[in-house]
Amino acid sequence: MQNNLLRKSILIPLSLGILLILLALNLAMGSVSVPISEVFDIVLGHGSSNIIWENILLRTRLPQTIVAMGAGMALGVAGLLMQTLFRNPLAGPSVLGISSGSSLGVGFVLLIAGQFWGFSFSRLGIWGDLAVIIASLGGAFAVLAIILFISHKIGGTLSVLIIGVMIGYLSNSVVGVLKFYSMEEDVHNYVIWGLGSFSRMSVDRAYLFAIITIIPSLLALFLSKSLNLMALGDRYASNLGLKIKRARLLIILCAGTLTAIVTAFCGPIIFIGMAVPHLAKLVSRTSNHFYLICNACILGAITALLCNLLARLPGIDSELPINSVTAFIGAPVVISVIWKKRKENF
Amino acid sequence: MNKNLLQIKNLSIGYGNKLVAGNLSATIPAGELICLLGSNGTGKSTLMRSICGFQPILGGSVLIDDLEVNQLSEKELSKRIAVVLTDRVVVPNASVQELVGYGRSPYTGMMGRLNAADKIMVSRAMQECGIDHKKDSLLSSLSDGERQKAFIAKALAQDTPLIILDEPTAFLDLPARVEIMQLLRDIANTSQKSILMSTHDLDLALQLSDRLWLLQNGVPLITGSPEDLLLQNAFQRMFQHKGIVFDNKTGLFKVMHDQHSQVAVKGHGFEYVLLRRALSRKGIKVIRANEEESSWLEVKNDSKEAFSLFVDGECIQTESSLEVFVNQVMKMQVYLEVKSSCTIFSE
Repeated sequence: MQNNLLRKSILIPLSLGILLILLALNLAMGSVSVPISEVFDIVLGHGSSNIIWENILLRTRLPQTIVAMGAGMALGVAGLLMQTLFRNPLAGPSVLGISSGSSLGVGFVLLIAGQFWGFSFSRLGIWGDLAVIIASLGGAFAVLAIILFISHKIGGTLSVLIIGVMIGYLSNSVVGVLKFYSMEEDVHNYVIWGLGSFSRMSVDRAYLFAIITIIPSLLALFLSKSLNLMALGDRYASNLGLKIKRARLLIILCAGTLTAIVTAFCGPIIFIGMAVPHLAKLVSRTSNHFYLICNACILGAITALLCNLLARLPGIDSELPINSVTAFIGAPVVISVIWKKRKENF
Repeated sequence: MNKNLLQIKNLSIGYGNKLVAGNLSATIPAGELICLLGSNGTGKSTLMRSICGFQPILGGSVLIDDLEVNQLSEKELSKRIAVVLTDRVVVPNASVQELVGYGRSPYTGMMGRLNAADKIMVSRAMQECGIDHKKDSLLSSLSDGERQKAFIAKALAQDTPLIILDEPTAFLDLPARVEIMQLLRDIANTSQKSILMSTHDLDLALQLSDRLWLLQNGVPLITGSPEDLLLQNAFQRMFQHKGIVFDNKTGLFKVMHDQHSQVAVKGHGFEYVLLRRALSRKGIKVIRANEEESSWLEVKNDSKEAFSLFVDGECIQTESSLEVFVNQVMKMQVYLEVKSSCTIFSE
């Protein structure tokens, strides 16, 4: 108990500290290094003697950092919700096929438009971006609506999971057909979208993104009682007074919305949503989702910032695609968690 | 007489069109420990689930506090019935204290925070179940018996007049079974809660429960105190045709062995009983020697070499180990066998 209390009281400030350090590093480091003091001046609006630094920071690194934090937070929380709901350590935000729905929406826009109207969306600039975002949200929410409808009609949690996975496969196969009949340039654009990126947004849009990801992430705290009971299994949960169907609906709605938003703005980011909940559970040994959601928020932001930092380490000319970095960070985390847990009955 | 907490009237249970059991009627008075007995497949779990409101009933009614269970909301029901299930749920990273704390959920607010009174209830429940020394341990690190105690503490913390347990002793070793049953007995005595549990441990149920429910295929539910049911020979009828014999006097089962020969034995006492049991397992029935046989076995009590083998009136072997003796008897069986025209059939 002593040990546990100690851990609790130290860990939150510690992880917040790490978060701040990573934040500063994200702003300072890259192909051009900016001194930390200048970083503070620029971000706080005091301006800088070096106009190039100011441009780099405000136009590129600041929005990128904000987006990474918001996305990491949202995906961490969404992943935690899914893992608890389905009582499956391998579940993640994409398990219900919501990001596949996004991909399908984006696929329609990027791949079909070229065929029908004879132009490529990448040439449309800002309108093209907006069209991609809207298509992605449309696809994701369409799948989310189907899942919610099914979850309302069907009793078991497992059937919802299976149907979600099946919808994912279906949309992937439709995307496969679309790709097959598309122009090479469009397929290239689609592949690039699928690699994910935190750097597609201006500073204003990054702030907007932060708001619409952080608010639902924090709203998830209100689901913590339901999640605690759901973790005991449907029967115990309902015996303890929980309306299972309503709780499940709210949990899927919350996780689905978070996933849909992140996927629309950043593309399908893999592994963060699956690895972060494991880290959150590792940091504080509790089954109370109030603390787990807080942990997932902080650790999600930390993980995403770390990935973002690694994606543009000094010495690499261009940025690496974010998904290749997340896999490198996420896979070892998941493996080590499973390895550590092998002693417990798992 | 106590007021009836739960009433089951003409209840039919099953899934969809499939009727598992019908015409069930029973009551649970306040403060009694009730054991539900029945073979696998008679619908024990289905009955429990129907009472808990986990599955729709096909007919009849289940009333708790004179209210239909099916019409109560989850919240109202959660303050009346607490359950302990057989399913082995894995709750990642949950400590005993947290689990028992979740038992207070029907009474906590939106965020599920425990107030001071809730915390007192939680620690009292853990103390009553003798699990408070493990309160910070993870559920996954507990033994099966401790785990079961933690879940019973959770049900206690839920503060309901009725606790329903589906085979709480199923995965436990004998000492843990006795401990859990005694714990439940104590809870019923001290807290005036009613407890309904299903079990296969007939001997423990006979000793510890106030009332038994016997569920059998195609027969109405038989209920009554263990002693009354013994008087009515209810158990013999229940286990008919199953190759087992229920001994009313001891409340124990005897296994029926096929017997293909019989030997005569002189003697009595504990050694005699043991010899009879050892031979019976080998398919040899023991009959009382009546001075007519030429070959017999003899048991001397309190002697170092208790067992002797007589063939044609001569003692050819004495033995202290029953195992060696029985093997010898098996070898000499042709000489020892007592022919009998009647059908050989014993307990």
